[in-house]
Amino acid sequence: MTQVIYDATYEGWLTAVFEIYEYKLGDIVFVKNEVSNSLLFSTTHFVTTDPDKAKRVLSGLQKRLSAEGISNIYKAFLSEVNQIEETMFQFVKYVLASSINIERDLSNSTVLDIKKAARLTGKESHRMEAFVRFKLTKDQLYYAIVEPDCDVLPLIESHFKNRYADQRWLIYDAKRKYGIYYDLENVATVQLQFNPEAASSKFLTEICDEKEEFFQNLWKRYFSSVNIESRKNMRLHLQHMPKRYWKNLTEKIPDFKK
Amino acid sequence: MVHERVMEKLGILADAAKYDVSCSSALSNRKNKDKGLGDSKGYGICHSFTEDGRCVSLLKILLTNHCIFDCAYCVSRKSNDIKRAAFTVDEVVDLTIGFYRRNYIEGLFLSSGIFDNADYTMERLVRIAKKLRLEHNFNGYIHLKAIPGASDQLLKEAGMYADRLSVNVEMPTEQSLKLLAPDKNHIDVIKPMEYLKNEIVGYREEKKLNYKAPLFAPAGQSTQMVIGATKESDLEILGMADYFYQQMNMKRVYYSGYVPISNDNRLPAIGTPVPIIRENRLYQADWLIRYYGFNVNEIVGFNQPNLDLDIDPKLGWALRNLNQFPVDINTADLELIKRIPGIGFLSATKIVAARQFKKLMPQDLQKLGIAYTRAKYFLAFATPFQMQKDLTSIQIKSQILNSQKSKYKNDFSNQLALF
Repeated sequence: MTQVIYDATYEGWLTAVFEIYEYKLGDIVFVKNEVSNSLLFSTTHFVTTDPDKAKRVLSGLQKRLSAEGISNIYKAFLSEVNQIEETMFQFVKYVLASSINIERDLSNSTVLDIKKAARLTGKESHRMEAFVRFKLTKDQLYYAIVEPDCDVLPLIESHFKNRYADQRWLIYDAKRKYGIYYDLENVATVQLQFNPEAASSKFLTEICDEKEEFFQNLWKRYFSSVNIESRKNMRLHLQHMPKRYWKNLTEKIPDFKK
Repeated sequence: MVHERVMEKLGILADAAKYDVSCSSALSNRKNKDKGLGDSKGYGICHSFTEDGRCVSLLKILLTNHCIFDCAYCVSRKSNDIKRAAFTVDEVVDLTIGFYRRNYIEGLFLSSGIFDNADYTMERLVRIAKKLRLEHNFNGYIHLKAIPGASDQLLKEAGMYADRLSVNVEMPTEQSLKLLAPDKNHIDVIKPMEYLKNEIVGYREEKKLNYKAPLFAPAGQSTQMVIGATKESDLEILGMADYFYQQMNMKRVYYSGYVPISNDNRLPAIGTPVPIIRENRLYQADWLIRYYGFNVNEIVGFNQPNLDLDIDPKLGWALRNLNQFPVDINTADLELIKRIPGIGFLSATKIVAARQFKKLMPQDLQKLGIAYTRAKYFLAFATPFQMQKDLTSIQIKSQILNSQKSKYKNDFSNQLALF
C-alpha cells in the first residue's frame, strides 16, 4: 500500500494524481498533510503541489469530460465525504482509460458516487446561499457564521459578491476555521481568531449596529406570523431545515429575554 | 421608525398575507446593476421554512388589510372584526432593504386590501416598487398584486418594476365567486390577466430584437384558486388551470387548500381540516400537465371528475391504462419512461443516459434511486420478470399501498381495510 501525502488542496490532489502516474504507484491511500500513522504503510510518497502538473491532469480530463463533469470532480472533492479522494482517483482512471466520455455511465458505481458527492456539495452550497444570516456591526460590516457539511465557501463566493456588491461582508466557516471577506472590490480568503462559542450576547450587543437587534426581532416576528398553525407539518419543516443548521439561523434561536 | 408600532404592523400584515401561497422567486434573471443591491437568479432560493413546511422566500405582506370588499373566504373582509393596519411606503421599503441585506429574503411580495378604490391602491403598490428600483437600485425580486379594476396605465407601470404580477381568480367558477364575493366577478379578473399577457408577450418580442429593451414582468404572471371552500370538482379546477396555462401564458397556478377562518354558513366551519391531501394531488396533476406531457383529460374526465386521494395521479393514470405497459426502459422513449409510476423526471433522464453504456437491470435501477417497489409492476426487462404478470389494477394498487409507508397512511386506514 502506498500512502500519498498532499497538502489538502484540490491543486495538491491533482498534482498527486500526476505523480501516481509518473511514478507508477499502486494501491493508493490519500492522506491530507501528515496526520496518519505511517508505520502501517509500506511506502510513503510526499507530494509537493505543482501548478503545472495539476494543469496537465486537468487538461487531460477536459479532453474527455464536459464542463459539468470537470466541475463535478471539484465539487466531489469539496464534499469531504469519507474516502472521496480514492473514489475520485478511481473515476479519473476510468475517464483516462476510456476513449469516450463516461460521465453518463451511471450504473457504474464510481461514476454514480462522484455524481452523488457533487450533488451533495451542490445542495449544501445552495443551502448556504439560503441560510447565511448577516448581522450588521457598528463599523458597517455584515458578518455571518456558518457550519456547512461540505467545504462550500469557494462555491458561494461569486453569488454573494454579485448580490451584495455595495456592502462589506464576511462569511466565516466555523467548522473549517476560515472565512471569505468582501471589501467592496474583491473577495479574499481570511483566517481569523474567531471563537463563536465565546461570543456572549452582551458582547454581540456591543459590537452590533443599533438597529441590528430590531431587525432580528422583526424577522422573528415575521417568521412566526406567516406560519399557518392548522397546517402544521414538523416532518416537512425538519426535512427542509434540519436541526444542525438552527444555531446559526436567527429565526430558530429562542429569545432568552422573554 | 417607531419600533413597536412597526413590529405590530408587521405581525398583522404578514399574518393577513400568508394565505396567498405563491412564494416563488424563480424565473427572473435580473443582474446587479452598477454595483447596486441584489440580483435575481433563474432558480429561486427558499431562505427559511415555517413549521407548516412552507418555504419563505419573499417578504410577503399586505400594504394594508383595510378593505372595501366583503369576500367571505378572505380574512381581511370588511365585516370581519380584526385589527387593521397600514404600512407607509417608506416602512415597506426600509423593511425590504433591511431584510434583504441580511440575506433573509429574495425580495418583496406585496399585496393589499382595496382601500378607497382600485387605482388608489395600485398606485401605492407601484410607488413602492418604483422607489425600490430607482432610488435604492434594488435588483432583488419583486412580486406585485395586480388589483382588479386598476387602470392599464398603472398595470403597465407595475410591470416595468416588478418581476412577477399576479391576479388571483380565487374561486374556480363564476357561481362560487358570486356566492362568496358578491362584489366581484370573473371578468374583472380575466381582464387584467389578458392585458398583462399581451404586454408580457409584446415586451418579450421586443427584447429579442433589442437586448436593451426594458424588462416587463420577466417572471411572468401567476394566479391562485382556493380549494375546498366550495363544491367544485377537480375536473373544473384543473380545467380552469389548463385554461390559464393555455390562454393566459400563466407561469404558475397555485392551489390553496381553504383554511377555515369564518363562521359564515356558506363555508366549511372553523375546525374543518384543511384539504391538504387534495391540494397535494392537484399540484401533482398540475406538474404532470406542465412537465410530463400529460393532457388534462388523461388525468380527470367526466366519468372520473375527482383525483384519487389515496394514490397519486400518475399511478392512477397507469392503473387505468395498463394496456400501455409494461415499458422496456432500455429501449423506450424518454417521454414514455417519464410516464412510469415511481420514475420521476430526473430518474428518467438518468436512465436514458446510463442505458447507452449497458443494458440496465433491476438492480441498476435501484442504484439510480428510482422508487422501484412502485415501478416494478410497469417494467419489462430482457429477462422475463414475474412481478408484472397478469395482475389486475386493483391487485397492483393494493400491493403498492401495502408496501409503502405513505405520509398519508393514517388518513386512509379505513379504506385500506377494505382490500
